[in-house]
Amino acid sequence: MSLEFHPFLPFLLAALFACFTKGRLRSIIMLLAPLVGGFHLLGVETGTIVEYRLMGLELMPYRVDALSLIFGYIFHIGAFIAVLYSLHLKDTLQHVAGLLYAGSAVGAVFAGDLFTLFIFWEILGLSSAFLVWASRDERSVAAGIRYLVFQVLSGVLLMAGALWLWLDTGSLLFEEIGLGAAGGWLIFLAFGIKCGFPFLHNWITDGYPASTATGTVFLCCFTTKVAVYAMARGFPGTELLIYIGAFMATYPIFFAVIENDLRRVLAYSMINQLGFMVCGIGVGTALALNGAVGHAFNDVLFKGLLFMSMGAVLYVTGTTKASELGGLYKKMPITATLCIVGAVTISAFPLVSAFISKSMVMAALIEEGHSIIWMVMLFASAGVLEHAGIKIPYFAFFAHDQNIPAREAPVNMLAAMSIAAVLCVAIGVFPAMLYNILPYDAPYSPYDMTHVLTQLQLLAFAILAVVFLHRSGRYPAEVPSVNLDAEWFYRRLFPRFYQWLLRLLVLIGNFFGGGLRYCSASLLDGLNKTHGLQGTLGRTWPIGSMVLWVAVLLSVYLILDFN
Amino acid sequence: MQTSDENKLGWAERPVVQQRIRYALYVICGLLFAADLIVHRHTYLAIEEIPAFYPVYGFAALVGLVALSKLLRKLVGRGEDYYEKEDEHVA
Repeated sequence: MSLEFHPFLPFLLAALFACFTKGRLRSIIMLLAPLVGGFHLLGVETGTIVEYRLMGLELMPYRVDALSLIFGYIFHIGAFIAVLYSLHLKDTLQHVAGLLYAGSAVGAVFAGDLFTLFIFWEILGLSSAFLVWASRDERSVAAGIRYLVFQVLSGVLLMAGALWLWLDTGSLLFEEIGLGAAGGWLIFLAFGIKCGFPFLHNWITDGYPASTATGTVFLCCFTTKVAVYAMARGFPGTELLIYIGAFMATYPIFFAVIENDLRRVLAYSMINQLGFMVCGIGVGTALALNGAVGHAFNDVLFKGLLFMSMGAVLYVTGTTKASELGGLYKKMPITATLCIVGAVTISAFPLVSAFISKSMVMAALIEEGHSIIWMVMLFASAGVLEHAGIKIPYFAFFAHDQNIPAREAPVNMLAAMSIAAVLCVAIGVFPAMLYNILPYDAPYSPYDMTHVLTQLQLLAFAILAVVFLHRSGRYPAEVPSVNLDAEWFYRRLFPRFYQWLLRLLVLIGNFFGGGLRYCSASLLDGLNKTHGLQGTLGRTWPIGSMVLWVAVLLSVYLILDFN
Repeated sequence: MQTSDENKLGWAERPVVQQRIRYALYVICGLLFAADLIVHRHTYLAIEEIPAFYPVYGFAALVGLVALSKLLRKLVGRGEDYYEKEDEHVA
């Protein structure tokens, strides 16, 4: 390599230039950042390391191995697609925040030590919060603050855990951590928050739908995938992750079925997909880890595609509420088609990308004897088809035609969606494209007769069930609603509890206050006599008397000194 | 003229098309079900050996999912301005 630079650099420079430029020039600069970085990355060899010492700390701000490299590739692809998708905007805030955000994700996966990781972890959290705030309405400001609280909490846990580990081992290098030490648990929790662990997941379902049409596309690409990367490096084979992952894959699908905001449906769907990755990391064999990493790679593309199609609907119609949408396929045929490609992909039909990555996790579960978890994940796979495969395209583009004024999405949006759609299908048809860059050595062939047949059976009969439910009137209608989730605890219960506590304290204060006043009354009277306005010590004295006393004092000094 | 254009059904809304799509699905499901009886699948788990395990599981999973979700909606479903009202109350 003739020219070596840190992959964060192109994004940082582009973000700086984006502050001062506008129009076509800014578009070119923004598109160049992931292109230059991406092509540079193709020439970087695994094993490249940059180390230096800072105040006695051994730091490794840049480390390239197979695991970081595959995430580096997908983040550059994701960044290019997201930038292209947001080119029509004239919003400097979103452009700059988006570039910094993408860059910090790239920086985080190439960080070789926990200190560097922490720095990029924080930039990641802060820059993405601006993407939530970019909607510039009351809802997004509040949601953005709640989002940031989770990001900061994750950062603080990471720093505390890293320091604790450093005290224990004297090293800050980011290698396999495990749950042996207390510091390890803190870091596990820090990664877990950004992975969307159960009950710590509401920043995803709350923040993502509050962001702008384009902001959500950036958001869905990076934070959670950086967390999956970090988890795969720090905690592979941690058994607890199998159960957490299985829970993550199942519970959101129930919420997704009844959720009205289609972008929030996708946010729940994202946690469901993360469940498959977390589960794979928990299994920890080479095949399972390859499955988790490969699925993260594919998820950026197909979840990005679905978020982009809903972003296009939001951009054109101003809403993504299922109860207000329908019939858009006539006015947005290209967007509808691309959305269906994304829906087919996430449902993991044969010949699309999710089929070749999710199946590695499923196969690994069977190989390692987790048959009950495998059944749970199979249920979750069928559930994906319902909320992401059918619900998203059906309610947005078909269902009841509401005659909403609409037109096709802008060209740059369509181009970005097309790139993602082509990649979704291409990876499914030519699995070697992905398998060749997977980090671990575990040969796997997705296209055997049994696998294709069983997957088709599962999905076809799941569709049949939806048709049956729909036609018999048992399918739940879309109603405008809020569904209480774990966020209820901090948005309703804790504020309520706090109010109750305040009232209680006031009551207690009044009760004891009465008694105290009685006791102190006599004391106050006494003080008033001496120090009050007319008291001996509180009275104002004439200046003349003070001068007299000073004169007396000085004469006493004089006499004493004279002797 | 314009109103009749607006009221014109798109291709996906025509009952004939919907019916054809449904029939196609039924045929596909029938073929996949039949394939299960003919083709010998490699199985790893005992439960997979049950004839038509995957079709039944896929169908049952969806019906169960939707039924449970409807219960969940009764439990957690609230008005759209649930938190807004609460926020004002707190303020």
